[in-house]
Amino acid sequence: MTPAIKIDQVHKQFGALHALNGVNLTIEQGEFFALLGPNGAGKSTLINLLAGLSRPTSGKLSVMGYDVMSQYRQARHALGVVPQELVFDPFFNVREMLRFQAGYFGKGAENDAWIDEVIESLGLTDKAGTNMRRLSGGMKRRALIAQALVHKPPVIVLDEPTAGVDVELRHMLWEFIKRLNREGHTIILTTHYLEEAETLCSRVALLKQGEVIALDSTKNLLASMPGKKLRLKLSAALPATLKDIVRNQEQQDYTLSLNAIHQVEYVLAELRNANVTVEDMQLIEPDLEDVFVDLMGRT
Amino acid sequence: MSLINERLRGPWTLFKKEILRFWRVSFQTVAAPVMTALLYLLIFSHVLGGRVEVYPGVPYTVFLIPGLIMMSVLQNAFANSSSSLIQSKVMGNIIFVLLTPLSYLEFFLAFLAASIIRGLVVGFSIYLVAICFIDLPLTHPLFILAFAIAGSGMLGAFGIMAGLWAEKFDQMAAFQNFVIMPLSFLSGVFYSIHSLPPFWQKVSHLNPFFYMIDGFRYGFFGQGDISAWFSLSVVVGSFIALSFITIGMLKAGYKLRG
Repeated sequence: MTPAIKIDQVHKQFGALHALNGVNLTIEQGEFFALLGPNGAGKSTLINLLAGLSRPTSGKLSVMGYDVMSQYRQARHALGVVPQELVFDPFFNVREMLRFQAGYFGKGAENDAWIDEVIESLGLTDKAGTNMRRLSGGMKRRALIAQALVHKPPVIVLDEPTAGVDVELRHMLWEFIKRLNREGHTIILTTHYLEEAETLCSRVALLKQGEVIALDSTKNLLASMPGKKLRLKLSAALPATLKDIVRNQEQQDYTLSLNAIHQVEYVLAELRNANVTVEDMQLIEPDLEDVFVDLMGRT
Repeated sequence: MSLINERLRGPWTLFKKEILRFWRVSFQTVAAPVMTALLYLLIFSHVLGGRVEVYPGVPYTVFLIPGLIMMSVLQNAFANSSSSLIQSKVMGNIIFVLLTPLSYLEFFLAFLAASIIRGLVVGFSIYLVAICFIDLPLTHPLFILAFAIAGSGMLGAFGIMAGLWAEKFDQMAAFQNFVIMPLSFLSGVFYSIHSLPPFWQKVSHLNPFFYMIDGFRYGFFGQGDISAWFSLSVVVGSFIALSFITIGMLKAGYKLRG
């Protein structure tokens, strides 16, 4: 099957800055994929290249088998992009804006039923006749997602779709995006909320300084973290002998990094020796944030 | 709409959006320039009417109208494409067009056509108001139409070019005030270049706006400072040259696609 996205030896330079340094990536159709990395890692640059908003210095990118440069019409038909910034056209209301967007892709009145469906699914029905300027941030975010879907693209890129939205809307958007994926859309997500990527995405690529430093299923990445975290609430300060494994501290609440489970015994023995009482204790499995911190620190 | 196939619907939609964009604010984009042109007419005809006769048998007030119409056509055609582009760039919503399968040529044609329409709407509105008060001959209507279309097309293309180049409103205002305004005011809207000293007559011949105004005026009165055919060649030639440069900028993604 043709991959949804294929990125082959892509380099992008802005003057002296090497924003992408030989990125290779293949995303299969139907995947729910996360593109993660710290600010400046090259995530947005990569999305811009896929969307044709920027041109690669070298290398090739394709969407559903269509080269984004030489077959840009087909490639852009196959791609829906939800930009990170809350941009909008202040002259038009939501429905007009969606009709224009569909029109740019060659869709006419026959597409209106789909536009109504998207409007309804995103809870925008009451706001369909409202000028974009008058929408709240959350509503603008929904309108942006609707805009990316009007031409029914098989591949959807969401660049930080839940940045700055409240918890309720975030969960509503998660459900909506999951539904799109169930219906067969390939989803590519960039996010700063690693919990979001862990909950939603089956595969993850980690970018650092323009290079892919990890590319695996979320499950494998989590399994690659050998240790666990031990969260303790103590009656007094932690003994100095355990200071080296402290990962986080808030007053007398400590989170310790353990390399292996048997280290718990050692921690408890040290606490006993120091006459410190454990008031609460929790053993936590590593999450994507641990993987992220570990990989970013390592390479 | 059913006559428009899927391929043409993209640029057609962009054109329609650009028309609606200025029509939604028609007080600012149509009524205001009509008002400005009428104020010029009122003031200049009051000050100079009866004292100056540029062409034999043509009162100054009548002489003034075609120049004012054409000046408004040109300024508004420029304003349409340039303001739309700079606004979209600054607001960031240009991305919605860039993400689509529209080609650079379709982008150009849609913006250009909308600019021409805005220029013609403003020009025709001034003409309609003016003929309520003044008897204006129409000697060569096809010349009038040809100059109006080619002139607004040229300024529409120039507007796209300026909109691509400018990164902030300040730069666009500088372009408008230091390039477009002097070229249009020094093009012979208010006078015949024959009234100028020889040196300034030669300088005026370097101003493409002069040919647009003079040729347009010829369409009304059947007389001008130079041959209307020559003016038309200069205007059409400049229009084509500017279009090629602008299309080249769009093709290269100049300040649009990094």
